[in-house]
Amino acid sequence: MPDVGATEPVLLALVGRPDSHTRAVYEQAGGYQALRRAVGELAPENVRELVKSSGLRGRGGAGFPTGLKWTFLPQDHPGPIYFCLNADESEPGTFNNRILMEDDPHQVLEGLILSCYATRATTAYIYMRYEYPLAWQRMQAAVDECYAAGYLGRNVLGSQFSLDVYLHRGAAAYICGEETGLIESLEGKRAWPRIKPPFPAVEGLFHKPTVVNNIETVACVKHIVDRGADWFRSIGVPPDPNNPRDPGSFGPKLYCLSGHVERPGCYEAPLGITVRQLIDQFGGGIRGGRRAKAAIPGGISMGLLTADELDCPLDFAGPGRYGCLGLGTAAVVVMDETVSMIDFLENSCQFFEHESCGQCTPCREGTSWALKMMRRIKAGRGRLIDLDLLLEIADSIGIMPGTTICGLADGAAWPIKNAIRKFRGEFEEYIRRTNPQGCHETAPVPALDLVALH
Amino acid sequence: MAIVIVDGQEIEIGDGERLNGIQAAQRAGIEIPHYCWHPGLTVVASCRMCLVETGRRDPASGAISMMPKLVPACQTPARDGTVFVTNSQQVTDARAMVEEDLLIRHPIDCPICDKAGECHLQDYHFQHGREQRRADIKPFTSRRRPLGDSVTLFVDRCVMCSRCVRFCREIPGTSELMVTNRGAHEEIDVFPGFPLANKMAGNVVDLCPVGALGDRDFLYSQRVWFMQNHDQICAGCSTGCSIHVDENQDRIYRLRPRPNPHVNQWWMCDEGRYGWKHAHDERRQTAPRRRDGEQLRVEEWGELIPQLDADLRAAGRLAAVLSPHLTVEEAWLLASYIRAIDPQAWLVPGPVPVVGQDETFGGGFTIHAEKCPNRRGVQAVVSALSDELITWEQFLERAAGEGFGAVWISGGYPAAWHGESEAEQLAAIPLRIVQDIFPSPLWEQAGYQLPGAVFAEREGSYVNFDDRLQSFRWAIRPPAGVQTEGRLFWRLAGRRGMYQADEVLLEVARRVAYFAAAVQPVPEVGVDLKVLSLA
Ligand SMILES: Cc1cc2nc3c(=O)[nH]c(=O)nc-3n(C[C@H](O)[C@H](O)[C@H](O)COP(=O)(O)O)c2cc1C
Ligand code: SF4
Ligand code: SF4
Ligand code: FES
Repeated sequence: MPDVGATEPVLLALVGRPDSHTRAVYEQAGGYQALRRAVGELAPENVRELVKSSGLRGRGGAGFPTGLKWTFLPQDHPGPIYFCLNADESEPGTFNNRILMEDDPHQVLEGLILSCYATRATTAYIYMRYEYPLAWQRMQAAVDECYAAGYLGRNVLGSQFSLDVYLHRGAAAYICGEETGLIESLEGKRAWPRIKPPFPAVEGLFHKPTVVNNIETVACVKHIVDRGADWFRSIGVPPDPNNPRDPGSFGPKLYCLSGHVERPGCYEAPLGITVRQLIDQFGGGIRGGRRAKAAIPGGISMGLLTADELDCPLDFAGPGRYGCLGLGTAAVVVMDETVSMIDFLENSCQFFEHESCGQCTPCREGTSWALKMMRRIKAGRGRLIDLDLLLEIADSIGIMPGTTICGLADGAAWPIKNAIRKFRGEFEEYIRRTNPQGCHETAPVPALDLVALH
Repeated sequence: MAIVIVDGQEIEIGDGERLNGIQAAQRAGIEIPHYCWHPGLTVVASCRMCLVETGRRDPASGAISMMPKLVPACQTPARDGTVFVTNSQQVTDARAMVEEDLLIRHPIDCPICDKAGECHLQDYHFQHGREQRRADIKPFTSRRRPLGDSVTLFVDRCVMCSRCVRFCREIPGTSELMVTNRGAHEEIDVFPGFPLANKMAGNVVDLCPVGALGDRDFLYSQRVWFMQNHDQICAGCSTGCSIHVDENQDRIYRLRPRPNPHVNQWWMCDEGRYGWKHAHDERRQTAPRRRDGEQLRVEEWGELIPQLDADLRAAGRLAAVLSPHLTVEEAWLLASYIRAIDPQAWLVPGPVPVVGQDETFGGGFTIHAEKCPNRRGVQAVVSALSDELITWEQFLERAAGEGFGAVWISGGYPAAWHGESEAEQLAAIPLRIVQDIFPSPLWEQAGYQLPGAVFAEREGSYVNFDDRLQSFRWAIRPPAGVQTEGRLFWRLAGRRGMYQADEVLLEVARRVAYFAAAVQPVPEVGVDLKVLSLA
């Protein structure tokens, strides 16, 4: 188990200092030296190689190796190549991108400029969720400062490399965070994720090769260029020797801890700390001395851990071993014993019903059907068979069974699977108690009369 | 040659062919159900009805490795060695899931839905759906709203396949339709103030796999299972779209495009689609009449035909005006008949109505300004028999001075095609035989009034703007009293039995080089006459 106490914060180093969002403070702390060095001394391929050898994996949710993703770009493409910086951060429980953008926007921009240099992108779009007005202001101010300082625009720092950065504000839809939904939305269309292939690296924004990376991912790039791949690989969890396909989980990570803990917040620690360490050493334990009941390991899409599973390590492989979907955004939401799993699942279903883009039949109808059942269960008209139907829906929607275009459906499925499989007793007890007459009914029953749902 | 394996069946596809799983399976006679995929539109792979298992057969070892998850067949290319499995339990379950999903919020108002009987949701439900509903029961609404003048949306019947939206973007390029809201709250809609009003809008009704889009012209007029459909050619313009005429008891209820990769792809324009109303117009002429002094007397065809023949033979110099609404065969029969009586007879192609300019849409579909189906075919017949091509205008000018004894004028235009002045210019010819569908100045002055047929009643071939000859048979019988042109000319020519268009076409193809490609039986998609005439 890594010794989490000893790590010095890197990504959050400036956060909390006065005026940390200004170029002056950032540069005093050594900011933009990495960029100067890279543009002056390193070729783009060198930066690419550096990132590849660091083992950096995307922080946006899927954990895809960043260096590998960049190699999918076609060689010798006449351009333009686009870089989309994903700042749509909408996964419930997740707010690390926000902190980076509000309190250390130059770190993000330096990482972005380095990433564009490495990928030969000449235009970058920062797709930011609508609900982040302060992050918007700070990022825009930082971009302006960068243009003024010659870090952006034509011939960055006098080199042959030119880069323009545009901020784009979303209209508050979760699906715009999915990389191809983001691209469609940037193109001015409805954010309906695209079918793949072609992947964005080959044909993305405006039919050109495109890289999509998360804010935290590019922030890591800045530190990799600054401190080297070996430094990065000295943090975190090495690959599982028994799994040849595991690339390991290296580097520092921003954990968003929320829910029933004494000190919720965004904490930096190596990949691989356990949920329990996060709760106890950073979060000050469960709120009010109560006991934990469950925790979401990495945003609601990833599913649920029970109180007995809190030793789950938060690296890219950890949550999967506990039946969860993955590490996701490493946003840990803790629920204490006062929380009803019925409430949790109804809430989760509501989120996905609301956010499904509506393209794929199984996702559109499955999420809406699941919510209707959960609402009925909660209203005291549940049937035991509903639990099986919910599981059937959850097991059959998503890109993993192959029935949908994007991963939203998998994310919708996992909380259902985990909640019902791990807390079935509680669901059954609730249904029996609240609907003693009808709980064994198996024939279709009248729908609840809900005005807003159809 | 690439080999694709569908449910164990090996099928060969051409090297240059780019087929998806649905098309490859079709070759093997296996139908993969689908909603969102349409061969004429971009692939979105969103309805997920076409899910199949896929894999690859290793060319060396022959071993098959399957992908662990389902894939949409519409989005999966069929390449050499591609394996598709469409009948496994996994596939069956996936289809049942999608069918069940689509019915959760569907009103199931088939008894009052126009699409019933040709609805994919209905058909697939019986083939692939679950026997019983499992979702909660809810009385459903049947909301509707007009999207434009011609199409009504039945909101709750929609399965969100987005075909209609893609059509408007990709084919006419007008993009009126869109999806509003999100997830299960999505609806098809138009932007306020921008109704569905493109000139091809009616196609969305055909391509909607369910009854969500209703054609207001057709709505509630006929259950689809009462209708017969016939392959025909649209006579609206010189594009010559392949169509279906859907009729019941000799009454047309609607026209629909018939896919033809050489002409109209999967589409037709609204002008053509709704351009059949004249067939059942009350003003249609249905009684043959012969002038007796000031009087026009209705006569039986049996008496009239010998009289007409005798009058023509006694008339002296003859002329015939051949309407561009005549089929090639009809034009040939009339021209040869007249020429048999007077070998010097003038053959004049009838006036060609031109309205506006050719209009080509983003997707490549063209509505032609030439509002008749067979100018080329008729002109080719005339040119084959005459050294000099005399236009309708020249004929009008010169008719009085040439000393004609009689002129045969074939009309058949759906709209007024001449005025009083043309009638006056021809008034000097003692015997005017006018064959038409509506009364007109020429008709009123005619010595013989011969009620003729409309496109759906005719039989023969049209040659479109691109020298493509398409043959068709009649779809409806003409009203009592009407002799179709083909039949009348056949009788006048003294041929025995029923009018046989294919026999005439063969004759034309043997005699006229332009038509040489038609010596072979003409396929459903027609034949390109350029191929042989260039060679
Ligand atoms: C429904 C859905 C929502 C997503 N939302 C976000 C998001 O808000 N921010 C983000 O960075 N990635 C999000 N992703 C992941 C992106 O698709 C993509 O994998 C990521 O931006 C790639 O960046 P990375 O490689 O740096 O992680 C989402 C994925 C899905 C399926
Ligand atoms: S899985 Fe859901 S959210 Fe993703 S594309 Fe399909 S319908 Fe949209
Ligand atoms: S109206 Fe018809 S064509 Fe359009 S999306 Fe709905 S089901 Fe598809
Ligand atoms: S037809 Fe393939 S997903 Fe709709």
